[in-house]
Parts: sequence; structure tokens; C-alpha cells
Amino acid sequence: MIELDFEKTLSGASGDLLLKVNQQITKGEFVTLYGKSGAGKTSLLRILAGLMQPDKGLIKVNGSTWLNSANGVNLKPQKRKVGFVFQDYALFPNMTVNENLLFAAGNGKDKGLIRDLIDIVEMGELQHRKPVTLSGGQKQRVALARALVQRPEILMLDEPLSALDHEMRLKLQHYILQVHREYHLTTILISHDVSEILKTSDTMLVLDHGKIIQKGIPAEVFSHKEVSGKFQFVGEIIKVEKQDVIYILSILIGHELVKVVADEQEVTKYAIGERVIVASKAFNPIIKKLYQ
Amino acid sequence: MIDWQPLLLTLKLASVSTAVLLIVAIPLAWWLAYSKKRIKPVIETLVSMPLVLPPTVLGFYLLVAFSPNNSFGAWLEDVLGVQLLFSFDGLVVASVIYSLPFMVHPIQSGLSNLPSSLRDAAYVMGKSPFTTLLKVLLPNIKPALLTGIVLTFAHTVGEFGVVLMIGGNMPGKTKVASIAIYDEVEALDYGAANVYSLILFAVTFTILLAVYLVNGGYLKRFWQ
Repeated sequence: MIELDFEKTLSGASGDLLLKVNQQITKGEFVTLYGKSGAGKTSLLRILAGLMQPDKGLIKVNGSTWLNSANGVNLKPQKRKVGFVFQDYALFPNMTVNENLLFAAGNGKDKGLIRDLIDIVEMGELQHRKPVTLSGGQKQRVALARALVQRPEILMLDEPLSALDHEMRLKLQHYILQVHREYHLTTILISHDVSEILKTSDTMLVLDHGKIIQKGIPAEVFSHKEVSGKFQFVGEIIKVEKQDVIYILSILIGHELVKVVADEQEVTKYAIGERVIVASKAFNPIIKKLYQ
Repeated sequence: MIDWQPLLLTLKLASVSTAVLLIVAIPLAWWLAYSKKRIKPVIETLVSMPLVLPPTVLGFYLLVAFSPNNSFGAWLEDVLGVQLLFSFDGLVVASVIYSLPFMVHPIQSGLSNLPSSLRDAAYVMGKSPFTTLLKVLLPNIKPALLTGIVLTFAHTVGEFGVVLMIGGNMPGKTKVASIAIYDEVEALDYGAANVYSLILFAVTFTILLAVYLVNGGYLKRFWQ
């Protein structure tokens, strides 16, 4: 259980912003922070990791106090058991992939764990390369593995997938979910991607101007947002098949695969991997005068 | 044949000063790069002062400070047993102060140009600031370190005013090459002055060229 109750005045480009958080996160949960940029998402993670100091507050993780401004307790980032995946990956350029992991492991090097992690993210062949020679997706995988080497209690991911192409995103979502389950982590992800959140998260927190304005199961939060009463979902085109004269589009909506019929003209507008809205117009009753 | 001693003394002074400065400047540059303390601008100004101050001003105050007639100079001599006036040790202390910005500035800007996430990542991994500096930050600012080392070395080779003020002109102790040139010119031996000057010119040119070649990546491209 993570208990967060703190305040911090952030000064940004658009003036001061009060970040005020009072939340509990259950152990083992996969939580997404969602919200506009500048809402305070990254600051929330940094405060939890000890990289930023709140003005006042209390942070308790699984029974131990990490921060209590009332009695001056404030664990250094070094003492907090967190794994952090930075937006820019933050791989150490002077070390190879393997050395990055070894350095993170510190003195009690668990060679078996390092090997497992390199296997999970499929970096075995590239483990003796320097980060500068790796692609964005590969760097991201190394950063993920490196964050887990110390067996953190909490894994924090600061928009780790935003710079990657669609295919790589899907693959990395898979890796993240896999390590989340395998290492029994509590994971906090910052993401803007609706399908990513639906796919990965148990809970989502919507942050706006420094306050958490909504909390819930992602599917519910997103469907409540659309109060137009329409039957409408966001999905991704997975497959396009031709059947006789019509086409069948397979669309992934959340965890469900939905098939939609389309004609030839419509199909040319869409590409595989494209994100689309699937909506059905309601059958509204029509009222007409009987006699003109 | 010219006397090689002043040249050797210059090299010795430059090497020792550079080594001392490297040890002094790295923690200082680290503090200047990351500290948010209010006193920082004052310290930054003090470090940069030798850039604009006439060497004679610095030399004059060091002369006064090191003098055994003053409390600091007397304390140095009585307690530590060092005599900084008109001695090689004194020259080293003076050069370290005089060349401080040439070592601190490149390292400081190298450190502040590194992404801050590198430091954060190391801290989250449980690494102390010292380990982070040694294993993560310094290895990634090698060009800045090289620039600092070379500029300091070359600057110390070219030192004149401060040396003259507190070192004087004692053969084998404080008579460095730049002083020797002045000495030869005063004695109207232009030939010897020319030999010293040419050597200093060639040495500093070679050192600076090497830095530009290495930091500009020209050598790497040439070899590949």
C-alpha cells in the first residue's frame, strides 16, 4: 500500500501551480497517471522517488515512512526502493548495456536476475553495445530492465513509450505488463495513450492542474468522459480482409477484437495500425404529423 | 647553448599546478554546477576573478599574504613550516589560484550540459553523489576534462606577472621560461630570448592543436 498525502507549489511557464495529492495505491496495482502536460504528473513521480521535495506531507510505502515533514523524516532517493524509467531513458553513455545493468545492481550483484531481465527484454545479442548505437525501442527496453535490477517495490515509468512507433509501443506494453506480473510490482505509468491505458492499467488517476479529479477503472473513466450518449469507442485497426465484395476490418477496442464491415471506398481511407473511433448512431424515433 | 633549467622548471610548475587544480576544481565545479545556494554567485565571481584581474594585483596580495611579517605568512612558517615567498611551492599555490577558472569553467559547463536524468537515475539506483560523479558524470565529460587540463597547463606555461611578483628570479627555484625571456632581453641577448620564445610558442601551439584535434573528432575520422 502506498499512501500519498502532500503538497508542492510548482512554478511553471504558466505561473504557479499547487500540486496537492491525497491518494492510496494498492500494492501490486498497475496505475496510470493521465492528464495534460503541466498537470503535475512527472512531479508526482519525482516526489515519490525522492528526486523532488514537497513543501509538506507524508509518504508511506508498505508500512515504512519515506517522508513525513511533521517529524523531519525524509528518505534520500538512494534509500527508496523504486525503479524509475525516464522519458529520455537516461542510459549511461559510457557503459555498455550489460555494464548499465551491472552498475545498477550495485554490490549484491544478482547475475541470474540480470540474465533473466536481459532475456525478457530480448537484448541478449546487443548486451555488449553502447547505448549510442541502439534504437529508441532498444534503449527503452534496456532502461526498463535496468530499473528492475534492484528489485524495486515500485516501478515508475515517465511516458516511456511516447517517442516510439506504434509497433514498438505494442511490444513494449507487452514487456511492461510481463515484468509487472512476474516481479509482483506496483507500477505507476504516465501515459496519454488511451489504448495503452486500457490495455495495461487496473486503475487510472486523472490529474488536472495539480489535483486528482478522477480515479477509477480506465474503461469506466473513459466512457464517462463521453457523455453524448452515443455508442462510441476508440480502437486500432489490426487487420483488413476482403470477403467477396465487402471488406472486414478487425479493430482492437480495449481487450476486445471487433469486426466491422466496410466497403472498398471506406477501406482505402484506413491503414493498419491507425487509431479510429468506432461509433454506432442511435436509432432515434422520428415523429411526423399524420395529416398535413 | 641556452640554459634548459627555466624550461624544465616551467614544465614542472605547469604539471604540478595542473594536477593540483584537477583535484581542487572537480569538487568545486560539481558544486557550482548543481548547487542552488544563495552564495553561489559570489563563489562564481571569485573563481572568475583571475580572468580579468591584472596578474600583478593577484601577485601583490599574495606577496603580502605570504610575507612572514604578516599573521598568515607567519602561521604558515611556524605551524606548517612552509615558506611560500620566493619558493617553488609558492609558485604552485599562486598558479593554482591564477588558473582556477581555466579548469573550473570547462568542467562546470560539461557537468551542467549533461542531462539531469543521468544523475537522477544513479541516485535512484542507490548510488552516492561521489560514486555518481566518479562513475557516471566524469566519464561522460572527457572532452571538458581534457580542455580544462590543457588550458590550465598552457596558461601556467604562459604565466609571468604573478611569478615575478612572488617568485622573483631565482635560478632553479623560481626562474621559469617566461621570466628567463625577460631576463635575456634585459641583458640584450636576443638570440637566447628567441630560442626560449620559439620553444614556448611551439609547445603551446602543439598542445592546443592536439585538443582541437581530439575534441573535434578529427583524429577519429582520420583513423577510420
